Amino acid sequence: MALQDKYMTLTEAATAAGVSNLQVREQDGIMYLDGTAPSGAVKDQLWNKYGELDPNFSSGDLVMNINVAMDASVTKVKVMTDSSNLNIRKGPGTDQPIVGKAAHGETITLVSKSNDQWWLVRTDDGEEGYAYARYLSAE
Amino acid sequence: MKIFKLLPALALITAISFTSCTPKDADIKASVEKSLKDNPATAGVLVMVNDGVATLSGEVTDDAAKAESATKAGAVKGVKSVVNNTTTPAPMVAPVVVSPDDALNSSVKDATKDFPTVMASVVDGVVTLTGSITKASLPKLMMGLSSLHPKKIDNQLTVK
Repeated sequence: MALQDKYMTLTEAATAAGVSNLQVREQDGIMYLDGTAPSGAVKDQLWNKYGELDPNFSSGDLVMNINVAMDASVTKVKVMTDSSNLNIRKGPGTDQPIVGKAAHGETITLVSKSNDQWWLVRTDDGEEGYAYARYLSAE
Repeated sequence: MKIFKLLPALALITAISFTSCTPKDADIKASVEKSLKDNPATAGVLVMVNDGVATLSGEVTDDAAKAESATKAGAVKGVKSVVNNTTTPAPMVAPVVVSPDDALNSSVKDATKDFPTVMASVVDGVVTLTGSITKASLPKLMMGLSSLHPKKIDNQLTVK
């Protein structure tokens, strides 16, 4: 229970910010915090809080898996790379061949979410393939 | 003055008459138990009655059954109040599912691809990070890795 005390303000902040399906579990000396945040801002806020409680995330005693809720009706996503183009690949994995590229800041079509990491997308040029979800955000 | 002499006797008669038209605790207990037996969800509730106060205990299936026990007990003739000490089972907590190493290895590779100064290894679900990273990029890396269902992230990175 000591871990849940250490991260109590984090759990409380998640509850207060409206994180749904919030699950707090402790197993073999590691705490697992799972949930779905209503927005990307809430996710960032919780990670900031986590960074305050455990500077540089170096304790290795918490795995915080917070997703951002996304409306099922979303069909357009924006490429959120730092500056470079985003690779579109034949299959879900960086070992898969690149079949196309989407420009930084470009808006592309979300075809389906294959899994949490890889989403099937289509560019306006008709290139279709898998892109890394971290670099895509709902319009 | 006679009336004053009669007062204790009157009080006694009043007390006896009230007692006689109020059901006895044991009878109330039987009635409450009978009414709770109708529903299997509340049938296991233990009932105690003391001076018309019904105390309910034991485990019921859910909150609805808990509320129903109190409502039913309160409706029984002779019950003045209900103390509802029934409990509901603690919610089942699903165990944490850790990704198998094969899946984790490839997803960690994907997640760390854009951090060329970071080395990652996976053993028994534990992701160990070595190398270096900038303070600004660290949350992004950690967010990515935390969503892959690792057992633990052992972050030994030098933060610049």
